[in-house]
Amino acid sequence: MPEKPIKGEKRYFMTGNEVVAYAAVMANAEIMYGYPITPQNEIMHYWTRMAPKYGKEFLQTEDELSAGFTTVGGVLAGRRAFTATAGPGNTLMQEPISMAEAMRLPIVVVVQQRGGPSTATVIYSQQEVTLTTIGGNGEGFRIVYSTASHQELFDYTIKAFNTAWKYRFPTFVLGDGYQAKMRESLTMYDPEERGQKMIPTEAYVGKPGVPGIDRPPGQYRNTYNVEEEIYEVVQQYTREFNAISPEVAEYESFGTEDADLVVVSHGVVFRAVKEAVKELREAGVKVGYFRPITLRPLAEKELKEMAGRAKALLMAESANGQLARLVKDAIYGATAEIHTLYKPGMGISAEDVAVRIRSILG
Amino acid sequence: MSLQVAMPKSWRVDTKPHKFCPGCGHGLVLKAVGEAIDELGIQGKVVYGCDIGCSLLSWDFFNVDTIQTHHGRTTPVITGIKRANPEVIGIAYMGDGGGYAIGSQHLVNAAARNERITVILVNNTQYGMTGGQMAPTTMPGQKTETSPYGRDPEKTGYPTQGPEMVAAITREGAYVARATVAKPKQMKDFIKKALENQINGGGFSFVEVLSTCPTNWRTNAEDTWNFVEKEMPKYFKVGEIKVPESRHEEGK
Repeated sequence: MPEKPIKGEKRYFMTGNEVVAYAAVMANAEIMYGYPITPQNEIMHYWTRMAPKYGKEFLQTEDELSAGFTTVGGVLAGRRAFTATAGPGNTLMQEPISMAEAMRLPIVVVVQQRGGPSTATVIYSQQEVTLTTIGGNGEGFRIVYSTASHQELFDYTIKAFNTAWKYRFPTFVLGDGYQAKMRESLTMYDPEERGQKMIPTEAYVGKPGVPGIDRPPGQYRNTYNVEEEIYEVVQQYTREFNAISPEVAEYESFGTEDADLVVVSHGVVFRAVKEAVKELREAGVKVGYFRPITLRPLAEKELKEMAGRAKALLMAESANGQLARLVKDAIYGATAEIHTLYKPGMGISAEDVAVRIRSILG
Repeated sequence: MSLQVAMPKSWRVDTKPHKFCPGCGHGLVLKAVGEAIDELGIQGKVVYGCDIGCSLLSWDFFNVDTIQTHHGRTTPVITGIKRANPEVIGIAYMGDGGGYAIGSQHLVNAAARNERITVILVNNTQYGMTGGQMAPTTMPGQKTETSPYGRDPEKTGYPTQGPEMVAAITREGAYVARATVAKPKQMKDFIKKALENQINGGGFSFVEVLSTCPTNWRTNAEDTWNFVEKEMPKYFKVGEIKVPESRHEEGK
């Protein structure tokens, strides 16, 4: 049995969902649990085609509740386990994700956002930011990577497994229908050949030895009797999440030092923003961009510094300000004017962004 | 001189006495589970999952690896573990609300997929932990907090026949039985067979156990026992409902 489908580095031209399936195989993911929902389906399609060739497992469940909870089970058994979902499936999956948060279980979830609310469209949106970052009955102890290209889908799907198992917080790759279905060029590689070691997994249950005789039993709960108990648990998780946030948070920025206006965006919208800002800069307009790669945790310090310097910010997203709410919370106190370009459930082009910037700057 | 109560070896002594109400049937079921684990020598292989509801109070009950999950979700969690590590013996322990209401889709589909796990479902005809509401298993005419004038089958249907349903949707290899805390030896026998079926790689194994809840039934000892021993079996037939073909042959 060949160990991995890719040796060395190779250029490919394929859809984002196919990229995610390859990335999971290359990251030594061992089992996927899933339930069909557009636009993530092809992740399962490609995974199930590769699975028997590379010793991987797949279980198609009865719904996303089950897909999430079986993924929780896979992680408890010590396997690199993952699932993928979108839209209403993401809503259902909040329940197992909250259990994973409560018990620090390193599940990996790929979300390919679609339009909302409700069934809406199966195509595209950025409307699952709130749900993915802080959904569920809890405090959002999660790490969320928002990708903007197929290369990033590959890189961050691999990285998500390591982030999850290193910090033991549920970890997400947040894509969207455009990234899922579009074909694009990228370089795929074996991370271990590049010196990127996969962090070893560890079983929570089913370890060797008889509990109570050779070792203590592994016993895990998410229920508590009194206020003080849960308060202490949440306080500890908060401290740990805050402590790792600076090293987990990722962003990229350009021109923010002298910009009159900085465009804040994430995911596929950032591609349009990058193009618009580059063109306007070449035309002598003082604009820049700030793009959070992790939506949770945000690069709060850098965001705040940027917002303290800039005269104005333009929040651009295919949602009614879901990223903006997170950003405004992070930059509270900054004096930059805030402008918006919200197109919920609709794509945003470079021209949309450029026109909006020119109208703001006059 | 104090009386030394015989506890199964697989029980955690340090978490006893247990947290269930006086007269609750869970202790009896968990004793049968513990004895079955002991007799089969699988303490080092069992992964035990408990649901939400009173069953969650067993999260530190045994000296076996244990995971306490969400309401109705123990079936998929144990399924996920067993799929990822087929070496373990997976036990999903839940109540009738968890198995037949909020988690019924998981029970149905795990059974239909013939998952190699053992589900033990304790039927005490109502939701215990939340304070005695009507459950899928509430008997016709039985008073609960949400059926205060008695369950009216015209409006709320008849009690779920769980094992009969599971038997109907499973294929050869499954083990399905209904036990009762009123017959502890038989209960242990059924639970043991359900575990053996998983150990042998047979198929989905399911045991419903008729149990007691004097707290929410608001019954004294005599009425409690009368209800579980005489009333419940009138509707919920006790016995093995489906056994693997190989066992029939052994018995010939």
